Amino acid sequence: MSNSTTEPVKPLSTEQLSATTLLRFATAGSVDDGKSTLVGRLLHDSKSVLTDQLEAVERASASRGADAPDLALLTDGLRAEREQGITIDVAYRYFATARRRFILADTPGHVQYTRNMVTGASTADLAVVLVDARNGVIEQTRRHAAVAALLRVPHVVLAVNKMDLVAYEETVFAKIAEEFTAYAGELGVPEITAIPISALAGDNVVEPSSNMDWYGGPTVLEHLETVPVSHDLATCHARLPVQYVIRPQTAEHPDYRGYAGQIAAGAFRVGESVTVLPSGRTSKVTGIDLLGQPVDVAWTPQSVTLLLEDDIDISRGDLIVPSGDAPATTQDVEATVCHVADAALSVGQRVLLKHTTRTVKAIVKEIPSRLTLDDLSQHPEPGRLVANDIGRVKIRTAEPLALDSYADSRRTGSFLLIDPSDGTTLAAGMAGDAFATPADEAAQAGAAADEEGWDF
Amino acid sequence: MTTVATVTDEGTDSPYALSHLDALESEAVHIFREVAGEFENPVILFSGGKDSILMLHLALKAFAPAAIPFSLLHVDTGHNFPEVLEYRDRVVAEHGLRLHVASVQDYIDRGVLKERPDGTRNPLQTVPLTEKIAQERFDAVFGGGRRDEEKARAKERVFSLRDEFSQWDPRRQRPELWQLYNGRHAPGEHVRVFPLSNWTELDVWQYIAREHIELPGIYFAHEREVFQRAGMWLTAGEWGGPKESETVEKRLVRYRTVGDMSCTGAVDSDATTLDAVITEIAASRLTERGATRADDKMSEAAMEDRKREGYF
Repeated sequence: MSNSTTEPVKPLSTEQLSATTLLRFATAGSVDDGKSTLVGRLLHDSKSVLTDQLEAVERASASRGADAPDLALLTDGLRAEREQGITIDVAYRYFATARRRFILADTPGHVQYTRNMVTGASTADLAVVLVDARNGVIEQTRRHAAVAALLRVPHVVLAVNKMDLVAYEETVFAKIAEEFTAYAGELGVPEITAIPISALAGDNVVEPSSNMDWYGGPTVLEHLETVPVSHDLATCHARLPVQYVIRPQTAEHPDYRGYAGQIAAGAFRVGESVTVLPSGRTSKVTGIDLLGQPVDVAWTPQSVTLLLEDDIDISRGDLIVPSGDAPATTQDVEATVCHVADAALSVGQRVLLKHTTRTVKAIVKEIPSRLTLDDLSQHPEPGRLVANDIGRVKIRTAEPLALDSYADSRRTGSFLLIDPSDGTTLAAGMAGDAFATPADEAAQAGAAADEEGWDF
Repeated sequence: MTTVATVTDEGTDSPYALSHLDALESEAVHIFREVAGEFENPVILFSGGKDSILMLHLALKAFAPAAIPFSLLHVDTGHNFPEVLEYRDRVVAEHGLRLHVASVQDYIDRGVLKERPDGTRNPLQTVPLTEKIAQERFDAVFGGGRRDEEKARAKERVFSLRDEFSQWDPRRQRPELWQLYNGRHAPGEHVRVFPLSNWTELDVWQYIAREHIELPGIYFAHEREVFQRAGMWLTAGEWGGPKESETVEKRLVRYRTVGDMSCTGAVDSDATTLDAVITEIAASRLTERGATRADDKMSEAAMEDRKREGYF
């Protein structure tokens, strides 16, 4: 296995290369805990930094008077970032090994850029939280853990960095890993993997470290290559937001009427009875086109076209679900939002709410609390949320929405709030409870529990 | 009738995991359909290069068996490869598409734009492009830009709002959350849409191979009259090369990108098939743009600066 991690994109056949899967992950770390170095190391050691890029970095570093190439220049793409020496925005990086393709959302670590980590985490299957081994779990680490928990990122890696500066001591790592796992576990993070590394020296990033014989787990890259990316579809509620109605109206296809969309969760099968929301009309799937090819079954995240038995009224914004597994429709949304705009969000404000392919008018009825990420304490009735705030909101919509709980479906439980006057994206919303119930507590609570969990 | 066009990883993933190409394809199709659902007058920028050919292929799949609900727009620099223009016209006819052309040569002939001393016409495309967008009132403009191409592009959103001057302001971009693309814009503004944002050069080639997509011949190794300028092999021709000090040679080359003849360099290659091209790219130690684009070498922020002005 270690060979495949160090020799990516060797001339494999087209078939071999096509068979790899895609992992989307995000990195989070405070300013000086070595995130750029880790990203640089992953890119560099997986041979994803090419000669001309490295030369450009060397040129730029030299012209600034630096004596060594500054790998952060690989990732800081904008003038302002290079001038200030900080990362101000999410950037996406791409690299590959023989086993997988990776899309890395490289998110800045500054406190004021919580919205950037939310952005990166929203599409991530995995989040890497970096900690400086000398400092251990600090406030910023707790913020990052909380954001990963809020966004329900399925896998979290704690990378305890700068192990070289604590003499590669197992006890230092064990203490940090224990503290973080306890904290993140309480927030309901389902899977945590702690890895001791030195991004600078290259320990346990791509190559296993001989300096830490006591560690028997995977390197960061090995873990990224092997972590499972898809969920168990058997437990998912199938959802297809209708994006577009395909009606060729040609001599060849005079009666074709297909409902196009990307399956947001679960699977659909030919012959299945379905219900269309919000109207509640029912029909049966007579065919599924997977981009021009008929199939019997299709699943998330495939983009498909459904054909139904009855000619019922369905348009963009409707949600097709299996009959008997429909979410309740509601005009009263309770959610956690991360405010991402510079202008505030206030009680009484009129907004647009974009949920899947549906955009409706809405009004902010209440802002019951604002969360302090540092200690997860809640600030009651703040009245407004400003940039990077995370808070609970109650929203009344002009039309009913078929909204899942974000805990059940990241895709159909999420929404945007948009300023109707200029189209600005105001907030990222997640319907339902904020944090998951910790696994053991949920087990104790049993089936009867009407558990509020870590709601705030 | 069951066909499940999906490959799974050995062991670690469920049988429902999509291959990376299937995942990228599905995402791009979703983006095309979002635009069709939310905009009045979208257009696909089409240069006849591999990325725009790929976009067209994905759009055809997204709306099958119906026609693509978009027209095409080509910014013709006047220094295009004849093989590429021929390909463009053939594809447009084959699929019954509508093609708009914005011509740099027109602007030069009318005296609106001036030829640059270095003869490069790529930066001159911005004015004809943005004026055409305004004139035709396009509200969504698909571009084949990929984030792996360049570090300023790595910061580009899938839906990128442009003001009435087509300007990009990297500090005022909308955060892009989940797959919820916000395409709202004021009259006069438009949105640049990049369905291939998450594709790499290798992904593009693998997908072209998988889907058996036809490309213009200049992407494959062929004998060509070229001359060297600033470390690149440029095609000799009426556009302005070679100068007296430059010598023409016949070499076995191919193109990794297709832009303007005045700024797109060929690479030495003997790759005459898709498989050979993929093998070559997988082993290459140079990025696509680093190997073949003169315009990106002008300054550290060349791409960012051009994008701010309205370049795609």
